[in-house]
Amino acid sequence: MAIIEAKNLTYTYPLTEAPAFRNVNLNIGAGEFVLLTGPSGCGKTTLCRCFNGLIPHFYGGKLEGEITVAGLNPSEHPIYEMAQHVGMVFQNPENQLFALTVEKDVAFGLENLGFPRDEIRRRVDWALKVTGIYDLKDRAPFELSGGQQQRVAIASVLAMQPEIIVLDEPTSFLDPLSAKNILDIIHQLNKDLGLTVILIEHRLDLAAKYANRVIAMKDGCIILNDEPRKVFLDERIRLMSVGIPKVVRLYLLLREDGVDMGRVPLSPEETSNLIREVLNLDKC
Amino acid sequence: MINVEDVYFTYPNGVEALKGVSLKIEDGEFVAIMGQNGAGKTTLVKHFNGLLKPTRGRVLVDGVDTRHVSVASLSRKVGFVFQNPDHQLFSETVEDEVSFALKNFGFPEKTISERVEWALNLLDLTEYRKTSPFMLSGGERKRVALASVLAWDPKILVLDEPTIGQDSYQKERLRQFIIQMNRQGKTVVIVTHDIEFVAECEPRVILMASGRVIADGEAKQILTDIELINKSSLILPEITQVFMRLNDFGFPRNVISVYEAKRLILERIPGGI
Repeated sequence: MAIIEAKNLTYTYPLTEAPAFRNVNLNIGAGEFVLLTGPSGCGKTTLCRCFNGLIPHFYGGKLEGEITVAGLNPSEHPIYEMAQHVGMVFQNPENQLFALTVEKDVAFGLENLGFPRDEIRRRVDWALKVTGIYDLKDRAPFELSGGQQQRVAIASVLAMQPEIIVLDEPTSFLDPLSAKNILDIIHQLNKDLGLTVILIEHRLDLAAKYANRVIAMKDGCIILNDEPRKVFLDERIRLMSVGIPKVVRLYLLLREDGVDMGRVPLSPEETSNLIREVLNLDKC
Repeated sequence: MINVEDVYFTYPNGVEALKGVSLKIEDGEFVAIMGQNGAGKTTLVKHFNGLLKPTRGRVLVDGVDTRHVSVASLSRKVGFVFQNPDHQLFSETVEDEVSFALKNFGFPEKTISERVEWALNLLDLTEYRKTSPFMLSGGERKRVALASVLAWDPKILVLDEPTIGQDSYQKERLRQFIIQMNRQGKTVVIVTHDIEFVAECEPRVILMASGRVIADGEAKQILTDIELINKSSLILPEITQVFMRLNDFGFPRNVISVYEAKRLILERIPGGI
């Protein structure tokens, strides 16, 4: 069943003439891991702002067409209600954290909604554990590393137990190892809890292997919407400033020279296996 | 030339960010400073234009000790682009932002308008001339910050995390731009986590950990050294990860370039092609 469904969705920010995106048709099923990509300014962040009602409630402007998220029309429900279904994590965790301890930050959303104390305790502990930061609960978020801060941001969103989590370039401020760890956690949450993940990313190298679908946008339109291997093979992806993983580049370069690896690899491991097959290395 | 001589730096809160760093960056070099968050990379490069002064040791820029000159005078020579453009942008339009330093340095009107034109053009910002920098996306704001520094044509360029928030087209432009600046004789120093970007540019790499330089050499050598990579919370480039797994079959481990990877594989095609 679709958890996010959009029909001919068009949105225009206040005081602008051109729509930020137009005629978007989308059907995302519960439990999907979607990688949303496209050049700067293509409308991908704007599109996600519709999922939890930031558009139109906070940003104003003109939203046309239909959208249903977790069975609700975000225009008809306040942001605090949508936030219980759709969690948002942003690029820079510093912009999202403010409390004096990690635990208080993670509890904030639930306290605001007036949940009973026991329920808050239970959910906060759970969120801290699944993100691997339980030991940091008494620390101040601003003393933590970027990777730890991003985990706190994810935990504070998870505490609301949303069905959908939208992450807007969550790793771009992190060192590569922390970035990989964050993506591993997100993948785990997707697999274990069936959480629907919408990941906005430029860097497809780290995330491609987890996604079951890649949506590529350009100039406010969805250009490609398919499984990763098909999207990476599409000529259009190379014309639209989307950085395909290096291993896919290698596949394409070899194909130009008449060497077919059999299928498009999404990870280094898969690539080395395919090379072994193509070169008959195991039989030598 | 930048000469860092046994530099220690302690922040007022007591954090010792640099613990005896010595290095030399010659004119016209292209250097990437890499390492984990908190390794001291940004602290180190803030010494290059005198924003920070060593607690011990000294930094010489073209022979001038940074402790004895102002940031304003050093910045004519050393242009610094911050990681977070919001720490540096303040004007009402992109054009004002880019011309601000030029006005401050007292360039004539005509030169200012030429330089602004040139910088906006170079960074694909002409259409935003009259726009407020705060209306732009994160990636675009970073380019405004870069344009505002390039405009006064400093001889040494320091770019702190220039690829953050840039899509692949902008990254490729940035790479070509850096190479172009470097060919024109400028020294370019980037602080970055972006392994794949470094693997494509192949600059000299200085690796830092806990306030010290732990390695200094060619990209190809450092990015493929597992021990160093683990020590600095980096990960191996994708292509290197592929070749590490093929090492048992007689392939070299230290491959970072996708073109080299292709060549090595083609050589081994049974019967050739």
